[in-house]
Amino acid sequence: MKWFDYAAPGSLTEAFELLARHPGARPLAGGTDLLVQMRAGERQADLLVDVKRIPELNELGCDASGTLRLGAAVPCCVISESELVRRRWPALAEVAAMIGGVPIQSRASLGGNLCNAAPSADGPPVLMVLRAICRVAGPSGERRLPVEEFCIGPGKTVLAPGELLVGFEIPPPEPASGACYLRFTPRAEMDIAVAGAAAAVRVEGEAIGWARLALSAVAPTPLLVREAGEYLAGKPATEDAIRAAAEIARDAARPISDVRGTAEHRRRLVSVLAERALRVAVARAREAQA
Amino acid sequence: MSDRPYEVIGTRPVRHDGADKVTGRAKFGADVRLPGMVYGYVLRSPHAHARIRRLDTTRAEQFPGVLAVVTAADLPESPDRPVDLVEGTLPLRYVRANVLARDKVLYKGHAVAAVAAVNRHVAEEAASLIEVDYEPLPAVLDVLGAMREDAPRVHEDLRMREFGETTERAGNIAEHFRFVLGEVEPSPTGEGLVPKGFADADVIVEREFRTAMVHQGYLEPQNATALWNQDGRVYVWTSTQGAFSAREAIAWVLDLPVSRVCVYPMEVGGAFGGKIRIYLEPVAALLSRKCGRPVQIVMPRRDVFEATGPTPGTVIRVKMGARKDGRISAAQVWMAYETGAFPSGQCAFGAMCILAPYDIPNLVIDGYDVVVNKPSTAPYRAPGATQAAFAAESVVDELAEKLGMDPIEFRLKNAAREGTRRADGPKHARIGCVEVLEAMRNHPHYRAPLEGQNRGRGVALGYWFNIGWYSACTISVNPDGTVNLVEGSVDLSGTRTSIAMQAAEVLGLRPDQVHPVVADTDSIGPTAVTGGSRTTYATGWAAYEAAHDVIRQMKQRAAMIWDVEPAAISFERGVFRTGERTMTFAELAARLEETGGPVIGRGAVNPASAGGSFAGAIADVEVDPGTGKVRLLRFTSLQDAGRAVHPTAVEGQMQGGSAQGIGWALFEEYAWTAEGAMANSSLLDYREPTALDVPPIETVIVEVPDPEHPFGVRGVGEANIVPPPAAIANAVYRAVGVRLRQLPLKASALVDALRAREN
Amino acid sequence: MRRAMVRVQTTVNGQPAEFLCEPRQSLLECLRDILGLTGTKEGCNDGNCGACAVIMDGRLVNSCLVLGVEAEGRTILTIEGLARGSELHPIQRAFLEQGAVQCGFCTPGLILATKALLDRIADPSEAEIRRWLANHLCRCTGYDKVVRAVRQAAAELKEACR
Repeated sequence: MKWFDYAAPGSLTEAFELLARHPGARPLAGGTDLLVQMRAGERQADLLVDVKRIPELNELGCDASGTLRLGAAVPCCVISESELVRRRWPALAEVAAMIGGVPIQSRASLGGNLCNAAPSADGPPVLMVLRAICRVAGPSGERRLPVEEFCIGPGKTVLAPGELLVGFEIPPPEPASGACYLRFTPRAEMDIAVAGAAAAVRVEGEAIGWARLALSAVAPTPLLVREAGEYLAGKPATEDAIRAAAEIARDAARPISDVRGTAEHRRRLVSVLAERALRVAVARAREAQA
Repeated sequence: MSDRPYEVIGTRPVRHDGADKVTGRAKFGADVRLPGMVYGYVLRSPHAHARIRRLDTTRAEQFPGVLAVVTAADLPESPDRPVDLVEGTLPLRYVRANVLARDKVLYKGHAVAAVAAVNRHVAEEAASLIEVDYEPLPAVLDVLGAMREDAPRVHEDLRMREFGETTERAGNIAEHFRFVLGEVEPSPTGEGLVPKGFADADVIVEREFRTAMVHQGYLEPQNATALWNQDGRVYVWTSTQGAFSAREAIAWVLDLPVSRVCVYPMEVGGAFGGKIRIYLEPVAALLSRKCGRPVQIVMPRRDVFEATGPTPGTVIRVKMGARKDGRISAAQVWMAYETGAFPSGQCAFGAMCILAPYDIPNLVIDGYDVVVNKPSTAPYRAPGATQAAFAAESVVDELAEKLGMDPIEFRLKNAAREGTRRADGPKHARIGCVEVLEAMRNHPHYRAPLEGQNRGRGVALGYWFNIGWYSACTISVNPDGTVNLVEGSVDLSGTRTSIAMQAAEVLGLRPDQVHPVVADTDSIGPTAVTGGSRTTYATGWAAYEAAHDVIRQMKQRAAMIWDVEPAAISFERGVFRTGERTMTFAELAARLEETGGPVIGRGAVNPASAGGSFAGAIADVEVDPGTGKVRLLRFTSLQDAGRAVHPTAVEGQMQGGSAQGIGWALFEEYAWTAEGAMANSSLLDYREPTALDVPPIETVIVEVPDPEHPFGVRGVGEANIVPPPAAIANAVYRAVGVRLRQLPLKASALVDALRAREN
Repeated sequence: MRRAMVRVQTTVNGQPAEFLCEPRQSLLECLRDILGLTGTKEGCNDGNCGACAVIMDGRLVNSCLVLGVEAEGRTILTIEGLARGSELHPIQRAFLEQGAVQCGFCTPGLILATKALLDRIADPSEAEIRRWLANHLCRCTGYDKVVRAVRQAAAELKEACR
């Protein structure tokens, strides 16, 4: 690994100063992707700006409206162990316990997972179906955008030089709603999704009020399939409707063949996983309704 | 007490090196720290096949912090000759060429130069400044393609050996051999032979199988620390399966007398056949000679995958015929193994094992070793046998099904016994094939109902012949009545204890009263590698001999004290006795000084062969037809241990071999880019099984003592890996009705097969 | 570019430790090459084998994915710090008694993972044990005896707490 310098600012202002002064600087959160990529020569940096000591990036709590404020650098283990998250956003706690293994989860964060912008990332689809908003800050102020607009290609995000992902805002769960993320990996854990599907659903009686479906590892970025949700809205929550929505998701997927799986297998997995994730989400929503 | 034949053999003491292993004190190769030590990094080829036009190390040498740079030009040029590399013989020029490429690189990852510097980062940065001008050549990556006459050649100078003779035929086929039993006739095409007996068969199954190249997957990367001393001696600290084989190979490559090389075998973090060959040792030595300081090189994980010795991928065709009475009448096997960049010889091992569990009257096996532009392959636990058993045991399963027979009954009907001739010629000695099959049939797992959709149970049988070879051991008696045991066998998994226990049994001591030490090559007699399941067998035998030598000498001392003939003294359960007079081992040990000085027993053995071991596996799986995922529900491993010296250690071998077999079955493979680069050279994408991927592994130790060994021991290190892939493939068939004939059993292939069946 | 080494102050195995490192050196390298604590092993250097696991501020981490400079002000437990004097820790003893050690290379990481697990969940189920160990590859044992060792250690530690 080539030489780099290291700084651990204690405030956003300090971080922005460092990033502005060093064009070759990169933020370092958990490092579970970045350090591996730097060792493999896939990414370079002259300076690593460790953001883990900045208070805003370590926030985890609800504001007065019940919105979850989640700092970008909060490690997955804290998220999955948080009583608040487990109770209100269980799918988020579940995915935090799914990324890597235990020692990875001690370091890795959902912010880092998103900023790494891997198409196969597990966190983003869940954040998308939960309608999470990214808080992006830079020297000139803060902007907010939905998670589905954050990644623009493999390894590429909307972050401008000098900007940081500060955290997420996740709206409070609606009554009679449920969410779920399923992925296919050859191994049980410690593996990268060959394909994954996250679903969130609200039921109204026997019908689906609204639904959101997002996919991992089947497009250049994690993918929100709006059409699938729009199709389901207002329909009775039947097996046929779920299957049809899963087919919409399959058609929206644009997978490639690589060492982890063939495009054909990925397409098939999307329909299977989307269907199963929707089914679980509906069941959870009904449970919440009861 | 008396109903057990032994006091120590068969017990489960805590191993002697236990405390070191759980406190972090055990010294593995990369833990060596020497004064002035610097760190090396090896620059490797980015191409699968290329000519090196020019190599310029100037900029690397000038980089701050660099102490030395070496290339193949630093290797000596002595006349070529064949050298014995434990698992086969290779020309010395090939051995050197694998250490550092001279004019051609033969696989991606092939070493071309190395740098020594103050730390590993500086060494790596400097290595990136070495300029290499490559002329890329077409790469041969597929075993069948490589066999074609018009295929690009990996080696211009390779000539095929056929039936033991070197021919004039140039190409990529390194070796073609043939095993024949019973009656055979020329094939209809006139090429080759076919066995008679298919005409009598009521059912014939003929299938082709493929298995991917896989890696032993040990957790500890290859490493070497070398000091080229100013007196001309070379000291090497390394994680190797054989200190003496490493010493020889290092001496050959560096053109030194073996006595000028001393190898310190460090603790080994897993090997499974992959740490017999040398890789970094001569490079570290050359760097040390240049800079005058000790040099340590540790392989990055990527290099472990790309540049050590994985085990061959294969194409195997099996045709078997059986009669309605359940007897196999004939078998024909065609097998081609990719050896990687240099010839290996594992195909022959596979051929020795593939039909060995069965008594088949007529058979022909044709085997081919084929070189390709991939890393030079090395043994992996029962080398060659797992791929072969996947093919044969799938066909056997299909035959049993077509005959409407229980798969274990069918195997029992054809099982090899003492006196059954093996395809490669020798007759089986006393073996436990039938006993293992009976244990499988009688096991509660096999009899338990398996309910639920998409679930199935499969079985398979595996064989490994085991080896004998030479071992040395000395035992010195301490005045407090304990002994120190010095041995030359590297301990990979607890053999210090299984060897010490055999000495303790003879000496009437507790295992903890025998203190075992694995010595360096300056300090003990030559001992062959820890491999071939030979260590507990052969070095244990040497310990047995050394212990008896101690008793012989101790009797002489007792005879002096008691003034009787040594022959009048008996020794039993730790007590010397003549008439009414007795002395314990400890009492006599305290009186050695006054009776002539130290007692040192020696044992040296060289058994020509060893009793082979059979293993069986029973696997229950559940298939998710939507995703193609195969989940193991239950797994049982059964193996003939001859006599289990340390049952916990035997179970550990069976469980470890089973888990590796499970990985081989379900996940593991070398994936290749079109250009011949490994596409998954990390432990993330290579996918060794984790604790969540393997179920609890039940074990059954079968004991059919080997009549040759003093305690009846059979080596248990290898046969256990052989049956799992076939057992799992057979279970998948019983679960969903499709047979996959390619390892690993990929989810996508399974879904493809299920869909193809629907259409 | 001026290459400035960094001074790091930390606590390792209960003792203050101070070292000078390059920012690119991992905590694993600092432990092994600077502090001489070679009980922590390097198996992959990319977080996929668990052989380098240590406990930092109460959390199990892969020390290959932590920079040495990030250890500033932290508290680190390595395998060398587990035994109390000449007594093995009950987890270490359980690994020996159950035969959960073969080559021993993954053992330090597995033992620290067990420590982190049992500090958090005193009486883990088989599924919890396997999940906590899933980041730790062991190529020798097939995990069976490792799981048994964790169970034994859990039982003994619970007993000792009474």
